[in-house]
Amino acid sequence: MTAIELDGLERRYGERVALAGVSARVEAGQTLAVLGANGAGKTTLLRVLAGLLRPHAGMARVLGAELPAETWKLHGRVGFLGHEPLLYRELSGRENLAYHARLHRLNGSRVEEALAAVGMDRRADEPLRELSRGMVQRLAAARAVLHEPPLLLLDEPHAGLDPAAAELLEPLIGRASGRTRVLVTHDVEGALAEADVALGLKGGRQQFAGRPPDAERVRELYR
Amino acid sequence: MYAKGLKSLSIASVVAVAAALALVFFYAPLDADQGFVQKIFYVHVPMAIVALCGFVAGGLMAIKHLRSGDRTWDMRSYVAIHLSIILGVGVLATGAIWAKASWGHWWVWDEPVLVSFLVVFLLYCVYYPLRFSIDDPERQARYSSVFAIAAGAFVPLNFAAVRMAESFTHPRVLSQTGGDLPGQMRLTFLACLLAMALLFVTLWKLELTSKNASMQLKRLRAKLLAEADARAAA
Amino acid sequence: MIGAAVAILRKDLRLELRTKESVPAMSLFTVTCFVLFHFGLDRDSLDGELAAGVLWVTLLLAAVIGVTRLFAAEREQGGIDGLLLAPVDRTALFLAKGTALFVFLLALELVALPSFGLLLLGPDLRDALPELLLVLLLADLGLAAVGALTAALAAEARARELIVPLLLLPLLVPLLIAASQASEPLLRVSPSTEDLGRWLGLLALYDVVFLLLSIAVFDYLLED
Repeated sequence: MTAIELDGLERRYGERVALAGVSARVEAGQTLAVLGANGAGKTTLLRVLAGLLRPHAGMARVLGAELPAETWKLHGRVGFLGHEPLLYRELSGRENLAYHARLHRLNGSRVEEALAAVGMDRRADEPLRELSRGMVQRLAAARAVLHEPPLLLLDEPHAGLDPAAAELLEPLIGRASGRTRVLVTHDVEGALAEADVALGLKGGRQQFAGRPPDAERVRELYR
Repeated sequence: MYAKGLKSLSIASVVAVAAALALVFFYAPLDADQGFVQKIFYVHVPMAIVALCGFVAGGLMAIKHLRSGDRTWDMRSYVAIHLSIILGVGVLATGAIWAKASWGHWWVWDEPVLVSFLVVFLLYCVYYPLRFSIDDPERQARYSSVFAIAAGAFVPLNFAAVRMAESFTHPRVLSQTGGDLPGQMRLTFLACLLAMALLFVTLWKLELTSKNASMQLKRLRAKLLAEADARAAA
Repeated sequence: MIGAAVAILRKDLRLELRTKESVPAMSLFTVTCFVLFHFGLDRDSLDGELAAGVLWVTLLLAAVIGVTRLFAAEREQGGIDGLLLAPVDRTALFLAKGTALFVFLLALELVALPSFGLLLLGPDLRDALPELLLVLLLADLGLAAVGALTAALAAEARARELIVPLLLLPLLVPLLIAASQASEPLLRVSPSTEDLGRWLGLLALYDVVFLLLSIAVFDYLLED
């Protein structure tokens, strides 16, 4: 089953091009690495795939939902781990996850499992503003997969994480999770090693998409 | 798209305005109490009526925009509201002149229609800062439409409330905004109303034509730049 | 949808209890305003029209503070994305935020009314009471609906703190008229309930119009 199908996807910001000519195909369970310099449009693409931004032209089908007409079909089926943890600093890890569980109509027991899975069960009742960046990131990852989404959208998921924590999250958000993943990262070597499909953006325009190319082509994105 | 009929509409407006002015100065009788200054009523009231209709029309066009997603409706709504705000300045100015002539003060709270118009005007003044402080063009259009709808619904509510309040504290001063006008005055008034309405629609079409043209120009320019970019990269 | 609205509401109430930002600020502002009015009007006690006017204008200005902060937690911390990605009806957000504002206003009035009775009101506040509470309830409902809508409209605007008062206050004029006209006879030296029905009717009409309108347009404010 094809998880993501894009053809000539475009998104403008007024007269400026944010995304143009984006075409790719990702099968279920595959990993798509999105590469490019800062401001190339990687985060925009991620938000379009999440249904948070609407495409202005071209075709986009995510998990069988035509965007933008059927965006509502994506609700609750995407796990989004972006730059913002999407958690409230004044609330504790447990309270934050319980809130999200209720929004997604999940059983409360999932919260405890999630806390244990990211190793935060002992500090689950401390407000987030007292926790380190790495701990908050772990809780954010827990939030992203709480509802067991078939599609994961990850924007630099290992930012702020030490190697031990990164390893802890592997079964949740890594290749081992078996979910379809779209990964935005500056770790080019790591991404190319993991990716089934790679997409390169420069100034919003797609430079390549398909089997991961050699390092030279990737470096061109950053010039 | 909008230029069709613009010429005949402009001509009709000029004719209507000329005719209305002629009626005001040569046909309408001089008011016994207030004298010549009363004639400002022929400008003030039609302006107010057309401005209010403009606001409500802006709200209706905004509904069409939200339901269809077609941004041309938002542009139409914006221009209608924009012109009505400008007319609104005129309404308040002529209202002040009339108040000074009739009651000796530049502003009076006795006239409920004028008072509620002030509140409506203050509300619509926020349309610009709201609109232009949102950077994303699509979001800007959507939020402006929501505002236009809320404000449009607010107008009748406000008028009802102010009228209820004023009739309580100030016994209604007879104003000639109603239908009890002697024949000559009524004809002049209707002519002015028609002229003002035609003028509004003409200006509306004119501004839309000009905006449309400059948008198309921008689009062509962007396209040319993009093609130049692509050729340079290849 | 109700489940989601309740979840969002609980989260907002919990945040307010923990951070204690909006309600104490609104309350302090209200009491300060009463003091300002004492000096500005050079009066020790008010009754009737003046009392109603001072009370309601102050409450509306305090409400502006609450409205400006209504989406603050989303903007500064949680982010609205979490909500947008969930299978939640957008109307649930309106209901939750509106109810939260309603609760904050009630809490504010628990402080504002006694302070008003103490500082500025000539006649005994208790004489106005059961009817005045009814006026407050209906007015708070309208305030909550219009406030939530305004907060969402201004949420994406750059000059948010400026736009909220400019947008909210004219919209509240009919509510102000109805509420103060209804309160005026109640706050007289010899209170009466004349015309109460007519002004409560206007308040109710205002509430219904803006509740329905806000529910209808709220969806368009969140999608992108």
